[in-house]
Amino acid sequence: MCFTREGVAIETDFSYTDALLACPECDLIHEVAELEDGEQGRCIRCGAILFMKHRNSLDRALAFAMTGLLFFILANMYPLLTFELDGRSQSNRLIDGAIAFMDAGYWELGLVVFVSSVVAPLMVLVILITLLLPMRLNRFPINAQGQMRLLSYLRPWAMSEIFILGIIVAFVKLSDFADVGLGPSLVAFVCMVFATVMAYITLDDEAIWNRLKELKK
Amino acid sequence: MTGQALTAQSMGAISCEFCGMLVSNNFIESHSQHCPRCDAHLHSRKANSLKRTTALLIAASILYFPANLYPILTLISFGKSTTNTIMGGVIELANAGQWSIAAIVFIASVFVPIFKIAALFFLVLSVHFKMSWKTRQRALLYRFTEYVGRWSMIDIFMISILIALVKLQAIATVTAGPGAIAFAAVVIITMFAAMTFDPRLIWDNSGEEDDGQ
Ligand SMILES: [Zn+2]
Repeated sequence: MCFTREGVAIETDFSYTDALLACPECDLIHEVAELEDGEQGRCIRCGAILFMKHRNSLDRALAFAMTGLLFFILANMYPLLTFELDGRSQSNRLIDGAIAFMDAGYWELGLVVFVSSVVAPLMVLVILITLLLPMRLNRFPINAQGQMRLLSYLRPWAMSEIFILGIIVAFVKLSDFADVGLGPSLVAFVCMVFATVMAYITLDDEAIWNRLKELKK
Repeated sequence: MTGQALTAQSMGAISCEFCGMLVSNNFIESHSQHCPRCDAHLHSRKANSLKRTTALLIAASILYFPANLYPILTLISFGKSTTNTIMGGVIELANAGQWSIAAIVFIASVFVPIFKIAALFFLVLSVHFKMSWKTRQRALLYRFTEYVGRWSMIDIFMISILIALVKLQAIATVTAGPGAIAFAAVVIITMFAAMTFDPRLIWDNSGEEDDGQ
């Protein structure tokens, strides 16, 4: 871990700069430090994470995002859970929860579940790819700034990891009185969540902005 | 170096909330209100943060009652029907001996929403009255509150899975109850309440000395 601190004399005569960084949670000014691979820089006053450094950050995040997208497709093709009672069986796919709410007249809940378990997780992966793939091919991504902002808006609403806990609770509740089985898409879904989390962990915003600056020239 | 800590605000600059570019007020006045790097709108602090957070918290507090009093789901199995409220679901899991799952659901669905509403109310009041008490702990409280809020959605996802999976008419059927709408509203409204609260306000009036450690 690396702590950074403003020097005694800090250059305040600039129009805009990325050599200084204000803590997003307490506004304290820090000088951007050179970090080793895997290091984190934290705010010395409030402890918020200011920056992370990862070698080949963009390539790794791209690889994880593409893996995640593949698993997302698989997670949507097959059942998540199967349910057997009295000789009859049923199964559900990822999207069925949203549809079932809508069918029951709870369209608000259908919308919330659709956005948080399907649309937002998918868009996060797609945006990561449409941002990082062109950069890998030395092209400037279309509306890179807009995509970066959309990504940070979407992030809290993509709730796949929470959905996994929802599956576990549903599984436990049902196994009390019926035979509940795991569907093939459940494995794919868990892999998708893992790949998405890894893409986020390896992604280094600073590296994106630096790469975009290079490509603009 | 003594006196107030050097912040973007005190040095006459704004930090872009999306990309972290530090932009001076001079540049903003002479050029544009938008970040030169990511094009986001620049503002030193979130607009009307305390008012918006308070309004959302009041709405969430009101909805907290129907969320807990109305049933969130009904299970009909072989003609026998059981109706669960949020707390009823937890008790049922505990009675079935599923203690760890019951604990997870209790924390996510009962404890987190009420904790979140109370914590944000406290943070709003502490900023309003310009408290300088335990600034760092309050900053941590905010970070924790913002992080845990989304996890209350577990119950909503659980219901969506049950109603999609269990529909064998008279043998076994699960239907959602109106409490689920109120509960989802509480979760989403408190998420917005945490987002509209600006944690930098905690430090602005803290009067903390910069000891240049
Ligand atoms: Zn800070």
